[in-house]
Amino acid sequence: MENVKDVVLAYVKKEYLEEGDDRQVGYDTQLISGGIVDSFSMVSLKMFLETKYSIQIPDAKATPEAFDSVNNIAKMLIEFGIN
Amino acid sequence: MFKYLNNMLSYEDTVKDFSWSLVEKELGYKEGDNINIGEYCSDRICKNGFAQKKALIWQDHHGNVKEYTFDDIRKLSNAIALYLKNLAVVPGDRVCLFMDKVPELYIGFLGILKLGAIAQPLYSAFGPESLFTRLEDAGTKVIITQKKHLPKVRTILKDMDFMEQIIVVDEHNPENLREREFMFDLDNCKPVDEFEIYPSKAYTPSVLHYTSGTTGKPKGAQHVHYSVISQYITAKYGLDLKEDDIYWCTADPGWVTGTSYGIIGPWANGTTQCVTDSGFTADNWYSFIEKQKISVWYSAPTAIRALMKEGEEVVKKHDLSSLRYLASIGEPLNAEAVIWSDKVFGMPFHDTFWQTETGSMVVSNFPCMKVKPGSMGRPFPGMEVTVVDLKTHLPLNQKGVVGIIAVKPGWPAMFRGYWKNLENYNKKFVNGWYLCGDRASIDEDGYYWFVGRDDDVINTAGHLVGPFEIESALLEHPAVAESAAIGKPDAINMEVVKAFIALKPGIEQNKMLELEIMNFIRKKLSPLAMPQEIEFVDSLPKTRSGKIMRRVLRAKEWGEEIGDISTLENDM
Repeated sequence: MENVKDVVLAYVKKEYLEEGDDRQVGYDTQLISGGIVDSFSMVSLKMFLETKYSIQIPDAKATPEAFDSVNNIAKMLIEFGIN
Repeated sequence: MFKYLNNMLSYEDTVKDFSWSLVEKELGYKEGDNINIGEYCSDRICKNGFAQKKALIWQDHHGNVKEYTFDDIRKLSNAIALYLKNLAVVPGDRVCLFMDKVPELYIGFLGILKLGAIAQPLYSAFGPESLFTRLEDAGTKVIITQKKHLPKVRTILKDMDFMEQIIVVDEHNPENLREREFMFDLDNCKPVDEFEIYPSKAYTPSVLHYTSGTTGKPKGAQHVHYSVISQYITAKYGLDLKEDDIYWCTADPGWVTGTSYGIIGPWANGTTQCVTDSGFTADNWYSFIEKQKISVWYSAPTAIRALMKEGEEVVKKHDLSSLRYLASIGEPLNAEAVIWSDKVFGMPFHDTFWQTETGSMVVSNFPCMKVKPGSMGRPFPGMEVTVVDLKTHLPLNQKGVVGIIAVKPGWPAMFRGYWKNLENYNKKFVNGWYLCGDRASIDEDGYYWFVGRDDDVINTAGHLVGPFEIESALLEHPAVAESAAIGKPDAINMEVVKAFIALKPGIEQNKMLELEIMNFIRKKLSPLAMPQEIEFVDSLPKTRSGKIMRRVLRAKEWGEEIGDISTLENDM
């Protein structure tokens, strides 16, 4: 079974880093604070999670803090029964 | 409690007594003198006795801080100017700054201007296509960037014969560089005490900011060194900047606010300013204000509404008592946000209105004036502003009637052309007025009230995005047959991009395709241009001549009257 953190991390690397961008991104890397994912791009990341896991993330839960690292995202997904 | 005296004590008296020549005198400028923004923002401040005053306090998202005095930025901008000169950059060359909010951007901006070259700041989240469009149009000779953005530059380099040098500010290993690429290390460069600043005159080109329109490619609004006269006085009166202030402008210098009021305005006033490259989270921002003891904060309605969404509990965790004046720019600031800030911070955000082409504030809520929540405020002294009839473009003399905001040309920060596009520049002036393209009305007290754009341009989070650019990019996606992009209402960003897409025959719509198209635009153009919603349709409303009628889609989206559809070809 796919590890949620690995799935999200792989997606972040693929979609939000330019090819050739050699920044190290891990589970704890600050995605929003660190400028890897901005508030507009967060919409596409949220949509990916919703589509991938067939869930609906309410706007109130889709905060910059909740999306600020792969670990935070994984923690939020647990609330939807995804782990 | 000690009450600060505002720089502007009475709006009416200031309007009565104001003249641009008084501002020139205050800055020691006379007609025909040399005037260079780089010099005005660093050397002049040092000569006035503030060499050791902090000019820039920069904090990264890990909390690391770098500080620069006015003497530091003077010598370091000299160093950058000399470095560029040694690379054969000459006055008039376009030098692009394509970086996050790092010190090299702010100090590099002054260095470019000191050399007499034209600074072309571009938003670092632009994708390769948006970047290329703007660099190609300007014929940019040099780009200064960071390692993380270098891949985007390399992607388009093969099509940019005009680009002679790419300077990377955070690369330390020459083996990682390719042809035309160079390293510049601000932290370890030798500060230059003496540099012969280019003897620019009032109308010497200074800054090139690209802005989007309804049709065609983005246009480069060309500014001149004389703009510093406007930016100095509007920062002093409109932001109430004083000698002891610690100022934070949250805008990115890739957009005009980030240069007019994130570099020129505050530094021409000798103000200490703080910058963070941290992305937005409420806790990060409040922590930054608390740590740096920010007193004047200039932000955007989108950010303010995002802070509102985060609630008051996070505010209470921080000591924000250093704040004394708040202002806002971007899209109109709604009344609820003004009332909320008054309740939560003990002071209202003061909305200001201006745009890329105006270069400085046009209409503003001033500290000495009663704030009417939801209003843009009143015209800046010395500027003749009105609203003109939507059709005749003649000034409306009736209160409360909606027209287009118009300004009588002649204020110092006015743009002096669109780069290589005189035709479009001339179109912006009608009956002797510069037309802003925004609709508003004026009330009985002279306050302006924003209504909306007068064209199809999408104002998202205070940034103008052209529908044509998005539609053109959408057509490059293999699944898209035709498309239309409009702004749809959004509680945080005022508008976000919505795309209507007709797919090619045989292609099935689904969520993964929607996400793929969103990401396609985000990477190609920018996150701002990414449709946040896609509606798949069988066909788009068109005129008989085949032109897509965006206004029909927009009216439906906003629940407005569709208006005349006699030219509509197909049923909707």
